[in-house]
Amino acid sequence: MHAPTGRDLRLDFFRGIALWLIFLDHIPSNLVAWGTIRNYGFSDATEIFVFVSGYTAAFVYGKEMRERGFIIAGAHILRRAWQIYVAHVFLFAIYLAEISYVATSFENPLYAEEMNILDFLKQPDVTIVQALLLKFKPSNMDVLPLYIILLLLFPPILWLLQFRSSLALGASVLLYVLTWHFNWNMPSYPSGHWYFNPFAWQLLFVFGAWCALGGAQRLSRVSQSPVTVSIAAAYLLFAFVISLEELIYPIDKVNLDVLRFAHFLALAVLTVRFVPRDWPLLKSWWAWPPIVCGQHSLEIFCLGVFLSFAAHFAMVEVSSAVWVQFVASGVGIVVMVAVAGLLGWYKRAEERSPGSRRRKAPDADLAGGEA
Amino acid sequence: MKTVAAALAGLSAALLALAGSMVAAEGQRCEVPDYLLFGNNELKHVTEAVKKDRRLTIAVVGTGSSILAGPDGPLSAYPARLEEALKRRLPSVAVKVVTLVRTRMSAEDLARGMAKLLVDEKPDLVIWQTGTLDAIRRIEPDDFRAALEEGVETLHKGGADVILMNMQYSPRTDIMIALGPYADNMRVVAQQHEIPLFDRLAIMRHWSDTGAFDLYAAGKDNVLAHRVHDCIGRGIASMIIDAAHLRSVDPKAGQ
Repeated sequence: MHAPTGRDLRLDFFRGIALWLIFLDHIPSNLVAWGTIRNYGFSDATEIFVFVSGYTAAFVYGKEMRERGFIIAGAHILRRAWQIYVAHVFLFAIYLAEISYVATSFENPLYAEEMNILDFLKQPDVTIVQALLLKFKPSNMDVLPLYIILLLLFPPILWLLQFRSSLALGASVLLYVLTWHFNWNMPSYPSGHWYFNPFAWQLLFVFGAWCALGGAQRLSRVSQSPVTVSIAAAYLLFAFVISLEELIYPIDKVNLDVLRFAHFLALAVLTVRFVPRDWPLLKSWWAWPPIVCGQHSLEIFCLGVFLSFAAHFAMVEVSSAVWVQFVASGVGIVVMVAVAGLLGWYKRAEERSPGSRRRKAPDADLAGGEA
Repeated sequence: MKTVAAALAGLSAALLALAGSMVAAEGQRCEVPDYLLFGNNELKHVTEAVKKDRRLTIAVVGTGSSILAGPDGPLSAYPARLEEALKRRLPSVAVKVVTLVRTRMSAEDLARGMAKLLVDEKPDLVIWQTGTLDAIRRIEPDDFRAALEEGVETLHKGGADVILMNMQYSPRTDIMIALGPYADNMRVVAQQHEIPLFDRLAIMRHWSDTGAFDLYAAGKDNVLAHRVHDCIGRGIASMIIDAAHLRSVDPKAGQ
């Protein structure tokens, strides 16, 4: 297995950008969100995020699995899944606070029907248990449960990727196809299914992992041929026109529609073609803000969800004027960068402290985390 | 500081203009851009009923956002306002609007009642308001679309026209209710079945953006709700008159 060595800053850079876009897209009624990629094509920041997370997970834990064995690496992956679960429960507490506030402060008779959203507060015993079981997932809180499932299943997949990478990728594609054929999904509470179907979205995660373990290099002759690049460019243009027209059948986000997957691939092909690994900008301070966010992805993702609640709160309580939307969006990104910088500082300080034995543990955060 | 404020004001004005909005003056609250009300989908049964019998029976099927609470609620909610607007603009037609509103019903629940509705009321047109509860309960979007299709097909087979009406724009709760997939599916079903969609979501959003209504307002005051419902009623009246090619007394006023 000839995985590329050294850290690819492009991953952190684009994951950082994806985190910003997810934050902007999560603020409702936000004019700034018109500028995010979901409005100009089929795929959106979620695809970037899942792919890069699969890539970094394989990069970090793959190395550990080769050096220290299946059990140790598997245990670390499960610990990461637990951390994400805790983060998800923390976000759920913030959601409960926000919705309870709305329940008591907002009694506009025009919106009596919308207040049915509070129904679940009548049965806190059921709802909170369902939330802990990852079945009750309020709006905007679907991504972390997807990661938890993906990581729980990752140890055997990673093992297979190390030894029979094509077989692992093939199995992933097969699961995706069968999911579409048989409509497999996980149940949700009170009704329906998971908004991000893990059986379908695993394809992007496993594909990211496969690329990290040498697949990208094997593909490079095909993916960087002028024909592929032109097809990718043409497809992006096609998606752009279709999206502006807003006339297409809704593209299935739940099950990661093939059109969305292809759109992400086209974006990736062009990115790899035009943004080289040693791109000078990646080392300059211009690129530092997204890179540092991408390197602390779990924390910054959670912070982004919290900040989108806060920005919405500001728009409701202060003003929904356009300038408030711009200021809230800008301040949110600045806070994300500042917190990411602070986390980096903590990490470096801990590593320097005498007697620190953390250095030998796999550095999941520096590798971009797994979230 | 002043220059910053002026720059921000200029920026916001430019962006609003970019969004195709216009500032609505007092008295023009109900103003809606034409593209949100008028399309190519026709209401043939309505045209025929008015031409032949000079009468028009409309049934409003919906949930909690089609009614208003309080003693004056029934007369202030949009179905009653629609009836009044149509009677005013079509004085020679016997207009009757019946409401079959049941709270906490999903699209599937409502679709099941359509066959009975056709027998009981024999409507020429059904205005079907739905989507909010489906979004709150996060019903599978595919199931939601299937229910819409079933309901619309039942109504078409029974000889009634249909207008679909989507959710309200509710800025305070929109971080908690993901309306997107449901609004998209309603648009698709409307396109495929060539029926008009009263895009309440976009229309109320427009009113909020232009400042016609402060939809962020909290409090138990009924005035805002009554005004919004009045405008919705007028808007649907304009949509019906246009889509059925009816000759109204005062084509400009009611919009």
